[in-house]
Amino acid sequence: MMDAETLAVFRAEAEGLVESLESNLLALKDAPRDRALIDGAFRDLHTLKGTGAMFGRADIASFLHDFETAFDRVRDGSVEVTPDLLSVALAARDHVVALLSAEPAEGADRAGAAILSRLAALMGTPAAPGAAPDAGPWHATFRLPADTAALGGRPELVLEELRRLGARTIRARTGDVPPLDRLDPVCLYLGWEAEIDATATEDDIRGAFLFHEDGLQLSLTPPAAPDATAPPPRGPEPPQHRAPALMRVPAERLDEMMDRVGELVIAEARLNELAARFGDPGLVAVAEDIQRLATAMRDNTMSIRMTPIGAITGRFRRLVHDLSRELGKPLALEVTGEETELDKTVIERLADPLMHLIRNAADHGLEPPAARAAAGKPEEGRITLSARYSGAEVLVALSDDGGGLDRDRIRARAVERGLLAEDADPPDDALWKLIFEPGFSTAPAVTELSGRGVGMDVVRRTIEDLRGTIDVASAPGGGTTVTLRLPLTLAIIDGLLIDVAGERLVIPLAAVDEIVELPDSLADDDSGNAFLDIRSSLVPFLRLRRLLDSEGQPGAHQKVVVVTSGEGRVGLVVDRIIGSNQTVIKQLSPLHSGIKTFSGATILGDGAVALILDVPQLVARGRSDTDCQGEAAA
Amino acid sequence: MSRTVLVADDSPSVRRMIVLTLRGAGYAAIEAENGQEALDVATTHSVDAVITDQNMPRLDGLGFARAFRARPEGRGVPIVFLSTESDPALREQARAAGAIGWMVKPFDQAKLLDVMRRVVG
Repeated sequence: MMDAETLAVFRAEAEGLVESLESNLLALKDAPRDRALIDGAFRDLHTLKGTGAMFGRADIASFLHDFETAFDRVRDGSVEVTPDLLSVALAARDHVVALLSAEPAEGADRAGAAILSRLAALMGTPAAPGAAPDAGPWHATFRLPADTAALGGRPELVLEELRRLGARTIRARTGDVPPLDRLDPVCLYLGWEAEIDATATEDDIRGAFLFHEDGLQLSLTPPAAPDATAPPPRGPEPPQHRAPALMRVPAERLDEMMDRVGELVIAEARLNELAARFGDPGLVAVAEDIQRLATAMRDNTMSIRMTPIGAITGRFRRLVHDLSRELGKPLALEVTGEETELDKTVIERLADPLMHLIRNAADHGLEPPAARAAAGKPEEGRITLSARYSGAEVLVALSDDGGGLDRDRIRARAVERGLLAEDADPPDDALWKLIFEPGFSTAPAVTELSGRGVGMDVVRRTIEDLRGTIDVASAPGGGTTVTLRLPLTLAIIDGLLIDVAGERLVIPLAAVDEIVELPDSLADDDSGNAFLDIRSSLVPFLRLRRLLDSEGQPGAHQKVVVVTSGEGRVGLVVDRIIGSNQTVIKQLSPLHSGIKTFSGATILGDGAVALILDVPQLVARGRSDTDCQGEAAA
Repeated sequence: MSRTVLVADDSPSVRRMIVLTLRGAGYAAIEAENGQEALDVATTHSVDAVITDQNMPRLDGLGFARAFRARPEGRGVPIVFLSTESDPALREQARAAGAIGWMVKPFDQAKLLDVMRRVVG
């Protein structure tokens, strides 16, 4: 077998010859006696045949043999160039292209034989028996009587009989199958076409339809007379380039496209609502089609917008290089997971916060070389940026191997700024979060680069705007890691639509772990937070009714939707699960920026607005020991 | 799983021949002497196909075919007539009554098995 490279060389050459042949043939149309053109066409055929044989393509060589002979006769003047000859030669050219393609179209042999017999007819010679790949099959098109199934007839047995007779291909024609609502289940709507080996006789084939003769529609084309007038099936054009074609598109167009898809998804939800209300099967079928298409389009558009995080890491290398010189510290940046993809908008807005975090790490996090040496660390400070997927989120972590956050200093600063009571002793992660408060800086001296207290709060705000969260981990002397947890996309998510006291709310489906029934024993418990025993693990749960200050009493069978964020799980008690919903996220207005429970809103199929629950916030709330009812639904 | 064929004919010798032919080819066969008996068997047993004579006492082949097709058990079960009659008008009536095919006696074993293969597989 030829290797791919040799094959490519052959293809390229053959494609060139085919092109030259085509232009010679087309030119011959206007100048049938042009010597140069005739010689050219002959040469193309001859070389094509020879190359084919050399590269093991005996099919091409044997197919072209008769054409070479024909044009040889044109050359010596014994045959005239006629429009018929040119048209059959052009058909031959197309056939060679089909043979050259990686997957020749079905029925290529038959098409080749048909072309050769056309040529033979023109030249007044019978087609050389060796030239045709084989005699070609019977072509049968048939429909069994519509009442076949009602009479207990089994079409598959007819097909089996045809296969026994040597049917190579049998294809069903489904064009007459009506829509589901008009389909009579015992009526046979299918037709078939089959190609059957020439070894079968007409009686054999007709005999296969035993007992189906009444009402049978059968058209049978014998193998010896291929349809000379029908154009041969055109094979796919040979691919010109192997590399995937890339296009540059202005980013705004992608944003616009996403907006349109968002509107489409909302309109589709309305259509579905209407279809369900009217119950017309035709309308439901269309609504289902549109839903399918809209979902595919949504996924497609989102995938177009996905950009690897590597797109912005280049500038960080440069930044670290510059910082190293400015600060006089040897620094190294290591990036992993550059191929991790995020929505274009997320990537763009992530650049500044990451730059800020890198600056902070370089300036405050990493000790001067002397201090590092004293601590037994390599002089070169190491900053690591890593990105990886975690469910429907991406985790971007920035670590340094510096001295870690200074607990005492942060605590002192927090007390000084009134963020912490004098005697408070919060756990580490709560304390670390304070560094994101506005104006919070513990840097003893303001440097050129950082320490002015602007920045970290901006980092947090940006990440929260992106519906992400920030975690900080730090160990004295062991460095600091800031983990940004970001949603894969901002625009449209799959949501779980729930009902709380008649209010519809959306929970991002990606955050949903499972849904369980609220045990009766807990149904009337008024204590606010409680724990649920789910397969021997205790999960705290929040009553959304309480959180939303709902009036009235819940019905029986309340459900608990267990959601996850990061490491934490919390159950949300809801009245009812409505179902899944494609949620087009609309930002809440700046007036509502203080609201913690919701991360956005969406428009439902009936035009109503539903709020989207902010899962990370709820999980944090569920896990905190303090009862946070006071803050309920602003 | 062997297929079950119901054979209805008032002639014991014909019935015997058909049944032996079918059993020899691996089919299970149930016999009935006339159309009425055939109907009783066909509606109480699960049969995959019926081979029936036309002229039979009590209920003829056409009568059987019509009655059987009208019953839920009779839906989609192929009925083949095997008769000395070859009148096209009768054949048409058989088709209208729900029969899928008509064979003319005397039957040839190979032909019968060929038909059964095409009708019940």
